[in-house]
Amino acid sequence: MFFETLKLAVQAIRRNALRSFLTLLGIVIGVSAVIAMVTIGNGTTVKVQEEMAKLGTNVLFVRPGQWGPGRSSATAKQFNDRDVVEMREQLRGIRAVAPLAQMSATVVYGNESRSTGAIGTDASYIVAQDWELARGRNFLDGETRSGQAVCILGKTVQEQLFGGEESLGKRIRLSNVSCEVIGTLEPKGESGFGTDRDDVVLIPLRTYQRRIAGNTDINRITVSALDGADTSKVQADIERLLRERRGISGGEEDDFGVADMKQIADAQAVTTGILTMLLSAVAGVSLLVGGIGIMNIMLVSVTERTREIGIRLAIGAQESQVLMQFLVEAVTLSLLGGAIGVALGLGLAGAVSVGMQIPFVFDLGIVLIAFVFSALIGVVFGYFPARRAAQLDPIDALRRE
Amino acid sequence: MSDEETFDASAPNVIDLRGVSKTYGRGEAEVRALDRIDLTIRRGEFTAVMGPSGSGKSTAMNIIGCLDQPTAGSYRFNGVEVGRLDRKQRALLRRHYIGFVFQGFNLLARTSAVENVELPLIYRGLRQSERRPLALKALERVGLAGRAGHTPSELSGGQQQRVAIARAIVTDPAVLLADEPTGNLDTRTSEEIMDLLVDLNTSKGITVLMVTHEPEMAGYARRVVEFLDGRIASDSAVLEAA
Ligand SMILES: Nc1ncnc2c1ncn2[C@@H]1O[C@H](COP(=O)(O)OP(=O)(O)OP(=O)(O)O)[C@@H](O)[C@H]1O
Ligand SMILES: [Mg+2]
Repeated sequence: MFFETLKLAVQAIRRNALRSFLTLLGIVIGVSAVIAMVTIGNGTTVKVQEEMAKLGTNVLFVRPGQWGPGRSSATAKQFNDRDVVEMREQLRGIRAVAPLAQMSATVVYGNESRSTGAIGTDASYIVAQDWELARGRNFLDGETRSGQAVCILGKTVQEQLFGGEESLGKRIRLSNVSCEVIGTLEPKGESGFGTDRDDVVLIPLRTYQRRIAGNTDINRITVSALDGADTSKVQADIERLLRERRGISGGEEDDFGVADMKQIADAQAVTTGILTMLLSAVAGVSLLVGGIGIMNIMLVSVTERTREIGIRLAIGAQESQVLMQFLVEAVTLSLLGGAIGVALGLGLAGAVSVGMQIPFVFDLGIVLIAFVFSALIGVVFGYFPARRAAQLDPIDALRRE
Repeated sequence: MSDEETFDASAPNVIDLRGVSKTYGRGEAEVRALDRIDLTIRRGEFTAVMGPSGSGKSTAMNIIGCLDQPTAGSYRFNGVEVGRLDRKQRALLRRHYIGFVFQGFNLLARTSAVENVELPLIYRGLRQSERRPLALKALERVGLAGRAGHTPSELSGGQQQRVAIARAIVTDPAVLLADEPTGNLDTRTSEEIMDLLVDLNTSKGITVLMVTHEPEMAGYARRVVEFLDGRIASDSAVLEAA
């Protein structure tokens, strides 16, 4: 008998092709939207985290003000030369401590100019960042100490200013400092936050402070630990040292932050989590709209279906048989729509993740939720009006206009 | 009560209405469609129901066909008090004993003639392979052999009516209730349908109760019951007995 019922249901679906199609469409749109949005959102989160993780956990980033989205480092008290010297002397298990001061500045060579990131630092910077020189050499200690006008170019700047031309030994102007190019860097690509890390010009810290910034601030300190060193101990040591140097007493909060890339990424993930939530909300709305569409179509068709129910009852069908037919019909439509929606949603997410170069993250939970929700709507609004009709006397069901 | 044995097939009266009333609406708007009707139909009878429009013929047919319930009175079908049956049992009674031709046809839209005719067989539990030949034979009997694949919207009013008749007779029901089965048919087709009903009545012993406005059609029946204002104005069986 179940097979009979299934056949009746499929017949009814084909007979009411337009209504079935619209119902299906509602389910498909709702389900695919939710799945696509959430999958893309998850992919974005994972991509950011992966990018961050690539940077390694043995490099610690120290900044004034605490790490975290919405927190500023500009208003907190900056570091100074003395902080760096103390860290180099006192910290154990470290490979390099690199001071860094930065701002955006215009760089000019001949007729070419561009706005770039000017970074004042010393030879330890590319060591701490695990960066490589493509050509030329690193800063010499003497150049750093006396504040010579020399610079190292990131790949983007070098290509923009010189094209194929030789850059070593040439003089460029950074802000108002004319300096000689002594080296160029290997490309490093985009950061997890989408900024171009090759769009930089490195100059000695002293030169930067005196001639570009006009102060003795240090905005960041990068500390790279030796392989196999306990970074969490190094992190604790840095925190203790800086608290002492900055005169922070027992109960007070740090006015600086020490974090490795993973910790920064985790803080950042809160932001992408919010993005995912937003996408999910949009998707939820489309699911709801799809649901309301299904509901409308189902309710509108009840008038016509009421007569059908009356006919079937008059001819000898049991209430339960009629209901089973309608239930099977609704479930079939919902499952079909759900399946198409899942396929479409995943396909869409797949296409976008290829296009945006983010990983494809399959989330079974959301697939199930979207599927069950749409099925539920189909069943509830297909089944309950039918039940009301099937409980009438046949003649009353037949009389409904 | 899924089995036919539950009913006392030996009860001489298939249909027995006692003081049956049906009222619609309340107060000012109350309509007394049936007013304390007594009507007994014996097994194998061929009865025509006549009477002016609005006299309660369809209302009585619906109650007899267990599609509707009376407001008052008793209705026994094959000796069983229908008022005491639940919905499920009434559905089974319709399924196994009654064929009903509606005044308004009531065919399933967008469904072919043969599928419409098969419908009662589905609920009797017949398989597709058993249903199709029976349905085609029923269509042939009403002269629609060539229209099996047509949907109601592709059929004329008279053809739809004949599909409705085929659907009612396809099960060989114990009782055939036909509400103006020839209302939309020309004289010749009407006569063919009447011959068919008479044949079902005589060769298969099917009890036929038929509403008609046409005296010629009523002439095929052995008994004529006349309705007027929700009452039975005359009954040829009663006249004979008197
Ligand atoms: N659902 C209803 N609600 C209210 N009044 C009704 C309803 N059905 C029938 N009536 C009334 O009951 C009376 C009997 O109607 P019925 O349909 O039985 O007449 P009929 O004899 O079959 O007429 P016709 O020959 O025109 O088909 C009529 O006055 C009609 O208006
Ligand atoms: Mg009538």
